[in-house]
Amino acid sequence: MTATTNDTHHDGPHDEEHHEHHIPTGIKRWLYTTNHKDIGTLYLWFAFIMFLTGGAMAMVIRAELFQPGLQIVEPNFFNQMTTVHGLIMVFGAVMPAFTGLANWLIPMMIGAPDMALPRMNNWSFWILPFAFAILLSSLFMEGGGPAFGWTFYAPLSTTYSNDGTALFVFAVHIMGASSIMGAINVIVTIWNMRAPGMTWMKMPLFVWTWLITAFLLIAVMPVLAGAVTMVLTDKFFGTSFFDAAGGGDPVMFQHIFWFFGHPEVYIMILPAFGIISQIIPTFARKRLFGYASMVYATASIALLSFIVWAHHMFTTGMPVAAELFFMFATMLISVPTGVKVFNWVATMWRGSMTFEVPMLFALAFIVLFTIGGLSGLMLAITPVDFQYHDTYFVVAHFHYVLVTGAIFSIMAAVYYWLPKWTGKMFDIGLAKWHFWCSLISVNVLFFPMHFVGLAGMPRRIPDYALQFADFNKWISIGGFAFGLSQLIFLALLIKACKKKGEPVSDQVWEGAEGLEWEIPSPAPYHTFETPPEVK
Amino acid sequence: MDKQQAQRKNSKMVVKLMAIVLGMFGFGFALVPLYDVLCDALGINGKTSEVAAVYESVEVDTSRLITVDFITRINTGMPWEFKAKTRQVKVHPGEMSQVNFYVRNPTKSLIVGQAVPSVSPGPAALYMNKTECFCFEQQTLQAGEEVLMPMKFYVDPQLPKNITYFTVQYTLYNVTASAEVVAMN
Repeated sequence: MTATTNDTHHDGPHDEEHHEHHIPTGIKRWLYTTNHKDIGTLYLWFAFIMFLTGGAMAMVIRAELFQPGLQIVEPNFFNQMTTVHGLIMVFGAVMPAFTGLANWLIPMMIGAPDMALPRMNNWSFWILPFAFAILLSSLFMEGGGPAFGWTFYAPLSTTYSNDGTALFVFAVHIMGASSIMGAINVIVTIWNMRAPGMTWMKMPLFVWTWLITAFLLIAVMPVLAGAVTMVLTDKFFGTSFFDAAGGGDPVMFQHIFWFFGHPEVYIMILPAFGIISQIIPTFARKRLFGYASMVYATASIALLSFIVWAHHMFTTGMPVAAELFFMFATMLISVPTGVKVFNWVATMWRGSMTFEVPMLFALAFIVLFTIGGLSGLMLAITPVDFQYHDTYFVVAHFHYVLVTGAIFSIMAAVYYWLPKWTGKMFDIGLAKWHFWCSLISVNVLFFPMHFVGLAGMPRRIPDYALQFADFNKWISIGGFAFGLSQLIFLALLIKACKKKGEPVSDQVWEGAEGLEWEIPSPAPYHTFETPPEVK
Repeated sequence: MDKQQAQRKNSKMVVKLMAIVLGMFGFGFALVPLYDVLCDALGINGKTSEVAAVYESVEVDTSRLITVDFITRINTGMPWEFKAKTRQVKVHPGEMSQVNFYVRNPTKSLIVGQAVPSVSPGPAALYMNKTECFCFEQQTLQAGEEVLMPMKFYVDPQLPKNITYFTVQYTLYNVTASAEVVAMN
């Protein structure tokens, strides 16, 4: 894509005297900010803190599973750990991190001065810490936090849960409201605020994938809100949505939950596809292969995601016709996903590749996400799923797509755009340590889970049969190593925020193309107040 | 385009998107009746009709004999004894028959119970026509009380030829708590 700003110097140093903004200082600057870059930073730091929090819970889980028998925690607390780990990683780490990236990048990529709805943007971030404070505080209350799994299946979350469920429900409501506001903001920004000449099919893929993700969010987050509301009224107000005795049906809970849950999976991976589609062309020094097919593939994945939900429930006793339908529909998704993987490979084919840190993460993403995709294809086969259902094979599958998929893409994105944000190159030595330690440990952590899963080790248990002991020891060692590796990332980020390092050029990376690489580094507080002309 | 115009355009779009959000929130709840309608229409979750069937001008198909099993189950938290007096019947499609279920409340307090039927294989549920069933309403048993509960049914002659044998299970739930809530309202 070729694009130029008509007067780049406008966003230069004399920007400040031009506008005379009174930026509040200290905590107020962050509380009152409506600037998309500030809010992006807030989202990213919040996501990282949640990533470490949820990670600490994973360490508790792996410490307990280090050897068979019960050593460290009670089973009930173990269940709280698996539940809250899942909730925090999905709603507190991955989703806010993508929203943070959207805030930082979408206005700069489409040549807009800010997000369309800056005040709502401030709201959608600042209600998040309250949601997670409520969720986390329930862990310290009588009876403990939610222990029914992040999927909160009825009747576990209704008949058999403690009163803290009300806090869980309220926290999920707030998280949902935050996501919906963020999504509306993204859609309105992309729809109305593109620079002249930025036609639909010239938009960077990160913008495209986020637009489609935002539509998924406003379509399914309200359904999740409905599901938690039904759990709330079933538990506290005598309704029987999911209670067979009152004419309800617990299996219906699973249908409603997964009607949200499956599109949710793509909410967590489509922006990742966008990020990888930005990074690979830069370091292969070639245009992205098959831009249009990437857009159509993203849209068809999003549409298909609405008709595959019941593949999470093959063992609930559905009629054979339904099992076959959901099996084939699920397998169909691998076609557009395959288109994407082949396009990335074709982009690199005969490119002048270099292996800077963002590219390393992007390459790891392609290989490891594809492993997760293939195990997903195995799980899609109905009769096979009867064996794999609720085993560690499933745990291996979704951690490959979420950790080495979504989270690796977020790390790739942070390394790719961090120099643009701070104006300084990050500590490349630390970054390479972070990459290699993460890459090795993440595979020690998740790969053996395939084997114990195939051998029949069930998920969500604090104790296991003796024959799984060796593999679990390896998995735990991998887990601790992966957890520690993230502290390298923390050190690097603190260093980067202190603005240490070599100054970088506006373009930062030799092959980088797009509007965000044409503004100065670090990106000024206000950019594109006069829209650039995109040719 | 000036700032005000842009803001108007944005608010218009926000209104439209909020309408989608509200619509999808409603859709989540609409899934509840939708689920029941689909299950009824396709007979896929073994639920039988919750209203009494009328036995009128039904032709008895003497060429076939269908075996119907009756089994009972007590849900967790329900202290009653619950047994099928008749474990199995062999009936011609279209023929009326009656079976009895025995319940006893062995506790020292009043308990309200609700029996929920389930038919396996599921498609047979559509052809299980009950003219009278204790499962149509809640049962209230005083401490120590015992009752024989009748159930009258006939198998619809339209029953597909490949089904010759099906099982009706009744699960008994303790609904005392929610019955109190309803009574209070």
